[in-house]
Amino acid sequence: MTTNPTIATPPAATVPGAGRRRRRPRLAGNPMVPWLFMAPFLVLFATFTIAPAFYGLYISLHDWDFTLPGRPFVGLQNYKDLFDAESVTYKPFWNGMKNTFLFVLFSVPFLVTLPLLLAMLLHREFPGRTFFRATIFAPYVLGVSVIGVMWKYILDAQFGFLNRMLGAQINWTTEQPWAWISLVGITVWWTIGFNAIIYMAGLSDIPEEQYEAASLDGATTWRKFTHITLPGLRPVLIFILITTVLASANMFGQSYMVTNGGPSESTKTVLMVMTELGFGQSRAGAAAAASYILAICLGIVSVIQFWLMRDRDAAAERKKQKRAAKEFQARRRAEETNR
Amino acid sequence: MKRRPSVLIYLALLFLAAVFVLPIAYMIITAFKTRVDSQTSPPRFLPRAWTTDSFTKLFNDPGSPVLTWLGNSVVVATIFAVLSVTICAMAGYAVARMEFPGRNAVFGTIIGMMFIPGFVFLMPNFELMSKLQWLDSYQALIFPGAASAFGLFFMRQFFLSLPKELEESARIDGAGPFRTFFSIMLPNARPAIMTLLVIQFLANWNDFIWPLYTLFSDDRLTLPVGLARLQGAYTIDYPVIMAGAAVAAIPVLILFIFLQRYIIQGVAASGLKG
Repeated sequence: MTTNPTIATPPAATVPGAGRRRRRPRLAGNPMVPWLFMAPFLVLFATFTIAPAFYGLYISLHDWDFTLPGRPFVGLQNYKDLFDAESVTYKPFWNGMKNTFLFVLFSVPFLVTLPLLLAMLLHREFPGRTFFRATIFAPYVLGVSVIGVMWKYILDAQFGFLNRMLGAQINWTTEQPWAWISLVGITVWWTIGFNAIIYMAGLSDIPEEQYEAASLDGATTWRKFTHITLPGLRPVLIFILITTVLASANMFGQSYMVTNGGPSESTKTVLMVMTELGFGQSRAGAAAAASYILAICLGIVSVIQFWLMRDRDAAAERKKQKRAAKEFQARRRAEETNR
Repeated sequence: MKRRPSVLIYLALLFLAAVFVLPIAYMIITAFKTRVDSQTSPPRFLPRAWTTDSFTKLFNDPGSPVLTWLGNSVVVATIFAVLSVTICAMAGYAVARMEFPGRNAVFGTIIGMMFIPGFVFLMPNFELMSKLQWLDSYQALIFPGAASAFGLFFMRQFFLSLPKELEESARIDGAGPFRTFFSIMLPNARPAIMTLLVIQFLANWNDFIWPLYTLFSDDRLTLPVGLARLQGAYTIDYPVIMAGAAVAAIPVLILFIFLQRYIIQGVAASGLKG
């Protein structure tokens, strides 16, 4: 690409170090250049991310029907309705909130712990590692609708592989508690590889010498796990916990495809309620209000998690660990030279 | 240090691999069964006789033009990924390698928006699509997510890691900033670009909620949305539904087999930002 002739060449004096260069590109010092590079991104970002974040607030203050031209201003009514037991949105919204909360509660413990076990199995180099890592990650590249129809067939009460194998008559998708067990199981199966890969990256950042030093001290595997692995993974653990809670709180497709929110709306998540409100009943104002309330709830939950898991004396601890590791190494070197 | 794990661990890993792969294999194999074969008791993993009847049935059903959906998905996800990576790379490069007033404010704002969950944008962006007359169109799936804050951050991190000498030598050779970017920096950023391309392609290919509500016409759907319709139309004719699922799954599985490294790198990198 050649330089754009319409952009005025700045006077040479304003370009630092220009005198020393033999040939100076005409655009190099132009203050517009960074903005030209950013322009396409900024235009789309402003239009479809920044503006809608505020436009949604505006919508939430109106009785907004997508299909009607008149959208009367109603102030905070849409928000009040969500907290008013008499309103028609109250029951479905809080039922959805409850179901989403239950899904977070049931799924997050598995989604945080099982991938860590997997990662510990897989993070060291061994023959076949790439293959196993790939197979465990494979489901994650499939979309939720593929996962949904696939498991709906396997879990089918009458024709499904699972019941036929077990010789059972379990209504995996149409009866509680099986519906929750199915949805949590499917989600773990689908996304376990994602967290495992992030854990693996975290594990490879823990210096091997720490484990060697601990072995020299005769530490057990369990002690090594609680004293080296877990503290070393702290930032990764915080990241995984917060993002997994958010991902589970965003659950939509699994319920939509596998249980259709049933039995009797017991797996209908708040996102399903919100989309039905907005797109199904065309009550965008109410749906937008619900989305901001949920976003605020999730923000609070994230901050609380971060606050609970933050390490108050992390810096001091890290210094101590570094010093200890150095001492171990020094001792080892001394032992080796003595030998 | 390479250590060979014990036989027990290998057996455990093989079992796990089976748990993750067999359901996917079962889905694809079921697509080649007859309807009766898909409902046997006890269940059969392999068909008694392989048949492509369900594919024929599916491809001849005007209400579910799966091949059109496949085409839509390929076109939309490809354009989306290329557009997104191009604008994220350009912006990421500016933020990483150029000094300009307001840089930190702009970058901070973009990163800050990452904390707003995606569902907040559903209603306002739907209204926006309606105003632009983009409902039920490719544009609705291509433009809203292309300026990705994560993509910009990812490219910025990569450009920060490239040596300063690259630009210095380009400048001495007389290349302007755009030539420097397109013919020197971009080729050097190939690994990051590949990773982001694959990640954005997959994200768009698998996107569900947004196309579910912004697309309506039978021939405009992407595969995930089409699959939801198939499930409604064929209920328990599982081989036909599995044939649809296979059409949606096989392209990404092939992509995954060949580009596994990039996908896994991208996921690992998304964790490092925390």
